[in-house]
Amino acid sequence: MLWNRTRTLGMSLLAAGLLAGCAGEDGGVQSQKLSTITGRGKLICGVEGKLPGFSFVGPDGKYLGLDVDVCKAVAAAVLGDPAKVEYRDLNSSERFAALASGEVDLLSRNTTMTLSRDAAGGNGLSFAPTTFYDGQGVLVPVASGIKDLKGLAGKPICVESGTTTELNLADRMREQNIPYTPLKFQTSDQTFAAYLGDRCVAVTSDRSQLAGKRTSFPNPDAHTLLPVVMSKEPLSPATVNGDPAWADAVRWIVFGLMQAEESGITQANVDAKLAEAKANTNQADLRRFLGVEGDFGKQLGLPPDFVVKAVKAAGNYGEIFDRNVGPASALKLDRGLNRQWKDGGLIYSPPFR
Amino acid sequence: MVPVNPSDPSPPPLPAPKPPWWRDRRVVPWVVQAVVGLLVLLLIAFLLGNLVRNLTAAGLLLSWRWLQQPAGFDISESVLPFNAQLPYWRALAAGLVNTIRAVVVGLVGATLLGTLVGMASFSHNGLLRRLARVYVEVVRNIPLLLQLVFWYFVVFLTLPNGVAAIQLPGVVLAKSGLYIAGLGEGLRWMGPTLVNGVWQAPVRLSVEFGALLTGLIVYSGAFIAEVVRGGIAAVPKGQWEAASSLGLSWFATLRRIVLPQSLRVIVPGLNTQYISLAKNSSLAVAVGYTDLYSVAETTLNQTGRAVEVILVLLAAYLTLDLLISALMNGLNHLVQIRER
Repeated sequence: MLWNRTRTLGMSLLAAGLLAGCAGEDGGVQSQKLSTITGRGKLICGVEGKLPGFSFVGPDGKYLGLDVDVCKAVAAAVLGDPAKVEYRDLNSSERFAALASGEVDLLSRNTTMTLSRDAAGGNGLSFAPTTFYDGQGVLVPVASGIKDLKGLAGKPICVESGTTTELNLADRMREQNIPYTPLKFQTSDQTFAAYLGDRCVAVTSDRSQLAGKRTSFPNPDAHTLLPVVMSKEPLSPATVNGDPAWADAVRWIVFGLMQAEESGITQANVDAKLAEAKANTNQADLRRFLGVEGDFGKQLGLPPDFVVKAVKAAGNYGEIFDRNVGPASALKLDRGLNRQWKDGGLIYSPPFR
Repeated sequence: MVPVNPSDPSPPPLPAPKPPWWRDRRVVPWVVQAVVGLLVLLLIAFLLGNLVRNLTAAGLLLSWRWLQQPAGFDISESVLPFNAQLPYWRALAAGLVNTIRAVVVGLVGATLLGTLVGMASFSHNGLLRRLARVYVEVVRNIPLLLQLVFWYFVVFLTLPNGVAAIQLPGVVLAKSGLYIAGLGEGLRWMGPTLVNGVWQAPVRLSVEFGALLTGLIVYSGAFIAEVVRGGIAAVPKGQWEAASSLGLSWFATLRRIVLPQSLRVIVPGLNTQYISLAKNSSLAVAVGYTDLYSVAETTLNQTGRAVEVILVLLAAYLTLDLLISALMNGLNHLVQIRER
């Protein structure tokens, strides 16, 4: 009897000790996340995982895509090795909880930047620069003959739950007074499986996602994107609000990729450019950007040559775009809004100084 | 003469030496319980304090104002009227009603199926008996999520659509759902009709609901069949023999003699299965049925109020399960042997 009680007591103490060990990460250091990542020796990156062009597993079992390349660039800049990334597939409902709980360090998962997701009183995220300017579209079978939203009246539409897509759909249909039935699924795979199973006459999502998913359909040409663009979807990587130093590091790594394209620095010529910067003391901009001069890396808690490492790992923004979703990919998306600002697009890096 | 004290003829017996308190059987259990109780309270206080501290740090202290804000999303099938302008609490209520609808119909269906299969395992017909075994063993050893996905994507989504749908008088089964004739607008009898390529009927059950229901009934039915089989097996063999010597048929024996006696073994087991079914209904989100969990998930994503939404979910499922449990305990009380 007494022994039993003592044992119970011992177990309670043990449990209390274990729980105490897990709790209370208030943090006092400048960036706890950065030191966690360097201590761990790898970056944990939350991705979609099943979206051709953005993040998916290629035939050789390796992750590929625009979102994945952002993870690689960050890992290279922080840890010096683009391979030191652990990818976590997250569905749209899991992603914010995974980020908030610290399960992933960085969310690079075609996530739309919105006020409520950014606000401290909302989801409390911290967004990095937009890596893909997108808009919501609708995919329908060519055979259905549907040309616009009105053609969807009274019909079921497949949509992924917990997305801005779901809300935009509700808003647009309400504006035009079109009755419809939303069929919501938890993952994009289920959503597209239901669409391909003819349960819905249309599926709605970001236009890039629709284009990406269509490439994996049994018969891609039998489906067409409606011309309507239902919303603005600036897809951006995100970190949690609580660690501004880490958010800054991610932000400027992404800007680094964009600035590299503007400065004509590519994966192939980055070493030559670095040598050029080292040789010419009068090229101050280039020297600062590539970390030959100044202490930009140090200010961010990163190595001085973080831009060189990021570009070497993934290429500049333009190369990342072309390789994954642009002309060199199956998606063949136009650069559109994602051109450099000099070419009339929205990709614009603030100065590195 | 020595005065005799009648009340004290001999020296009083020595009182047993009082043991020190740490060896006292009456004291030690109290002390241990108090210490353990205190530690548990401290642990709870610590965890709650931690939650509040971290939430305050993140500026996310519990707040319920979001419940009044417009939800902004639509729900495809709802018993309660709902549209996107209504507040979140209405959306959650619509989800809860959808969950209850699936659970109640599921309970009835699973009980009927389970009882029939449980009875079948005592049949004289060898084929029926073996079929019942095969059903139970196959179904209860495959995860429910897998079964739901199977029913939805493999069975229901391969149904024909539009004009090719399966049409019986008053009933149409299409890929979009089951349409049943009933009283329509103006209390006129209306059969299912095809309008603009979409079936319309007064009574409509979506395939999502159908897939969830089929999955829940088939899955829970297998477990209930085992509970029923156990209950029947617990009735002494003599009861069967006595009944058959009275000339009662197999079915009459089962219905009038054996099943009523087996109820007191079956009901407590059923309680567990019913509660499982209610909880399992939250897998509806896998097949696109908008239940409480699905609505809560969208709400959580839009509002970022994770702790509050999870609290609502916990409270709702806990209430539902306690309610089922209370009903089943009442039923259990009724079927117990009453000693006279």
